[in-house]
Amino acid sequence: MKTIPLTPVHEALGAKMAEFGGFRMPIEYSGILDEHVTVCQRVGVFDVSHMGEFEVEGVDALAYLQDLCLNDVAQLSVGQAQYTAFPNERGGLVDDLLVYRLDVQRYWLVVNASNIDKDWAWCVQRRKGAVRLTNRSESVAQLAVQGPHALDLLQSLCALPLTGIASYHFVVGEIAGLSNVLISNTGYTGAGGFELYCAPDQVKALWDALFVAGADFGLKPIGLGARDTLRLEMGYCLYGHEIDEDTSPIEAGLSWICSFAAEKNYPSKDLFLQQKQMGVARKRIGLRLLDKGIARQGYELADAEGRVIGVVTSGSISPLTREGIAMGYVETAFAKPGTEICVSIRGRQLKAVVQRLPFRT
Amino acid sequence: MNTPEQLLFTKDHEWVKVEGQEAVIGISDYAQNELGEIVFVELPEVGASFQKTDVFGSVEAVKAVSELFMPISGEVLAINEGLSEQPEWINEDPYGKGWMLRIRIADASELEQLLSENAYQEFVK
Repeated sequence: MKTIPLTPVHEALGAKMAEFGGFRMPIEYSGILDEHVTVCQRVGVFDVSHMGEFEVEGVDALAYLQDLCLNDVAQLSVGQAQYTAFPNERGGLVDDLLVYRLDVQRYWLVVNASNIDKDWAWCVQRRKGAVRLTNRSESVAQLAVQGPHALDLLQSLCALPLTGIASYHFVVGEIAGLSNVLISNTGYTGAGGFELYCAPDQVKALWDALFVAGADFGLKPIGLGARDTLRLEMGYCLYGHEIDEDTSPIEAGLSWICSFAAEKNYPSKDLFLQQKQMGVARKRIGLRLLDKGIARQGYELADAEGRVIGVVTSGSISPLTREGIAMGYVETAFAKPGTEICVSIRGRQLKAVVQRLPFRT
Repeated sequence: MNTPEQLLFTKDHEWVKVEGQEAVIGISDYAQNELGEIVFVELPEVGASFQKTDVFGSVEAVKAVSELFMPISGEVLAINEGLSEQPEWINEDPYGKGWMLRIRIADASELEQLLSENAYQEFVK
């Protein structure tokens, strides 16, 4: 199993550790529910150094990425980031990712840890023109500082005016005395905050500086368990759950990241355009359980007569309301908010209602 | 409050406290810690009868669900009603407020197959 630079720090903090995406990662420290609330109300820091980073550089970098990604990379200015995905040739997704435009002809792709090897092979195989690809996954660490106090905490460590960094924008600069840190106004929690990319030999100093300054802000370390409940409440897709090689971005409600501009030539473009125009047979939905219970990935969804109409892709409880919440796919006729359906949980049928995403606003 | 030394354990992480012809059942401190914060508990009806190793309910933690297995055969005399509103008692006090069932023991000889606290601690090491 691969490790991240701060593995000993997390173990010393008493984190529950487990394998995720091939890495030994902290799952929880004080408890998922407490960590979730901390991020919603104060500020937490996630070590997400397992994420992958590929650098794409060259005069043909933009053209290459336009053929690789769903979203229109030409929309990005230097200093801007974009959520996107790699479509495959059979109408599904290889991965979802962020694209950062670092310089006029230089980009970063930040991919899921579990897909680093697959994505790298995919990108290398499709390389064309004057493009240099570098897999920097082992030489980049990442901390996500998220929550309503994230801005104030980070500003106390940084001379750059962070309020000047708009959503999905970034700067590269000095923070906590560490140079060349990429400070990005992005995140996977819906709670606001920044993602900090640095060198592996800087991340311990960054972590320590955050906790020294963070005492005044109630900063806590947050594991992947709460990362999952936070993103679920926001209705964000997680690869391997809501999206995968066989799920179309249109079904997933991601048509907003699918550009159909003439200069876009990614795989399955025609199919996605047709799905967008003609409709899809199933759709991703949010689900709130009316009965007590937790719907988990793979559980069947049924109509009032017991006919299977879909499947759960992620489920947990909302740590704030203690209601079961989930995402999944249902036949389009059942996708309207307010529709009552059932979740089959170990032989019992629990009542649930389709709910507009996000669960947390 | 039960001290773990008074209890018998299964390899499925349930504990049993024998009180005459009856027994109280719950899950171990190790099990609650592994599961993390428990948010729902599903327990059987009073009057239900189970054989040893039958599934008698489940506990839902945020990350995972875990089935509960009968450590010995018996009839359910009482369930811990408080757990439906306060499932966190299982985390806070697994051998006390977090008890789950009181049963009438059907076959006392089954107790011989359970683990002592020491043997259980060795097992989970």
